Amino acid sequence: MSSEFAIRTEDLRRVFRTRKREAKKQKREVVALDGITFKVPRGELFGVLGPNGAGKTTTIKILATLLTPTSGHAWVAGIDVAADPKGVRHHIGMVSGGETSGYGLLTVEENLWMFSQFYGMETRAARARIRELLAVVGLSDRAKTKIYHLSTGMRQKMNFVRGFLTEPEILFLDEPTLGLDVQTARTLRGFVSNWLREHPDRTILLTTHAMHEADELCGRVAIIDRGRILACDAPSNLKRDLKHEAVVRLRIGGLEDVRPIVATVPSVSRFSQTAHDDCVEADVILANDAVLTGLLAAVEAAGGTLLSLEKRAPTLEDVFLDVVGHGFEESSGGGAS
Amino acid sequence: MFWRTVCGRAYPRVIGSQREKSWIFFEILLPLLQVTAYVFIYRAIEAPPEFLGFVVLGGAMSAYWLNVLWSMASQLYWEKETGNLELYIVAPTSRMAILLGMALGGMFQTTLRAAAIVTIGSLLFRVPMTVTNVPVLLGVFLTTLVALYGLGMMLSSLFLLFGREAWHFSNLLQEPVSLVSGFYFPVRALGQVIAAAASALPITLGLDAMRQLLFPSMMESLRFLSAEVELGILTGSAVVFLLLAHRALAHFEKLARREGRLTVRGQ
Repeated sequence: MSSEFAIRTEDLRRVFRTRKREAKKQKREVVALDGITFKVPRGELFGVLGPNGAGKTTTIKILATLLTPTSGHAWVAGIDVAADPKGVRHHIGMVSGGETSGYGLLTVEENLWMFSQFYGMETRAARARIRELLAVVGLSDRAKTKIYHLSTGMRQKMNFVRGFLTEPEILFLDEPTLGLDVQTARTLRGFVSNWLREHPDRTILLTTHAMHEADELCGRVAIIDRGRILACDAPSNLKRDLKHEAVVRLRIGGLEDVRPIVATVPSVSRFSQTAHDDCVEADVILANDAVLTGLLAAVEAAGGTLLSLEKRAPTLEDVFLDVVGHGFEESSGGGAS
Repeated sequence: MFWRTVCGRAYPRVIGSQREKSWIFFEILLPLLQVTAYVFIYRAIEAPPEFLGFVVLGGAMSAYWLNVLWSMASQLYWEKETGNLELYIVAPTSRMAILLGMALGGMFQTTLRAAAIVTIGSLLFRVPMTVTNVPVLLGVFLTTLVALYGLGMMLSSLFLLFGREAWHFSNLLQEPVSLVSGFYFPVRALGQVIAAAASALPITLGLDAMRQLLFPSMMESLRFLSAEVELGILTGSAVVFLLLAHRALAHFEKLARREGRLTVRGQ
């Protein structure tokens, strides 16, 4: 295996088997990954995009040596993750969203120092690097704060510092901005972009279900649903493929479910809806603009009122809708995480 | 990297835990209350004063047993629940170094508590101790700790695979061990067979040997085996438990990775 690729998977499959005792009530097997294959060249920020249960975290756990695949292969830094997990660990780092790691009675600085020791960092170098990174994420004034006093956002900033502290060759970011406020998420995204710019030889694999995050950060994204990769390309290419179609968001009052109406209209490529208290918001991808007239007529005939209509440039969310065939909210996933 | 990891993981126990002063109440005063109860029983039946020493020593050593059960054996369960375990596994360091750091930190933390129990208990109840051989006493004490924490390291690897089930196992061990190991009386009182079976736990022989070295005349007729033999067995146990811990850790980590149990919380 050449190490030209920082990450490579080949027909990766992971099945979780329910234990006998629990199997009476639940299904016996959950297919979390159903044969995924992708390659990430060195220096790329690669996104894995999908709804909850799509298999994103399972992919990261396999690559980070926390889980073995049921079948197939994965290589990180050219090393087989199943055959030589110890070898892989010298090359990787990991930050997960909603992480609560560390010890509450230790300060931010002490926690970070502790984790640096697990990578064999010399104490003086570790402390200098911790100070530097805390300043970058705006957490310098909290260096001496015990971590149980930190807010969720501050804690996640600390986790980011932990992940980048050892300057790993390959970094796994698993939904890193999950549950964070807009400002903190933006700060961390900026941090990731800058770090990669300063370290062009490093590779990041980011899983997220935040489309704008993937759009903003990733060189390429793989759209994954129910354990399968459905599309894999640069966000701009994926969106370009949709440009010949019309992407429209409708807000319709007076109806609770517009799906049966849409089903009667030909040439609606994709459809997803979100119900609100006063209306239904429907995202539709139409084969061409002319289809819109027929759709609106059908809505009106069913007693619905058009509250607003927005035709816009395709986003990654539209790409997802187009590729997967349903919106994020409607995806049941494969049960994995 | 091995020793840096040991120091790094010991740090939260050495420094962090001292920051919460409630430990003085929960880990010194409460055990002393239990010791006091036994002291009054022995006084009521007019037992020789050395028996008060047996109780104080047992009370101090019980702190180590509780530390091994709840802060060594069960620790990886907590680490899994808080998300630290994932980071330990992903790090390129040795898992044994992490366990060793936990053990050394735990020993330090518990020694403060045990020393306080011995000091306060001895002064309060005027325990007549005669230290006959300090180096051997220290040797027995340290060997007992190595064997005991080796056992804790071995048990902790079980928690990589099992969650709450192993938690129940710890619960199950707590009280029976304090009985069969003779925390508050010489283990020989239980009979040779039970004493021999209880010798699988390092604290049984450690306590018996230390009592022999601290209360030689009283223990002459109450000892289970000679202190030298007990030290020999303890040394063997220490080696065996550490080796088993190493093997068990590698085995259970592999199994847990395969079954996907390393990161599943709330098991």
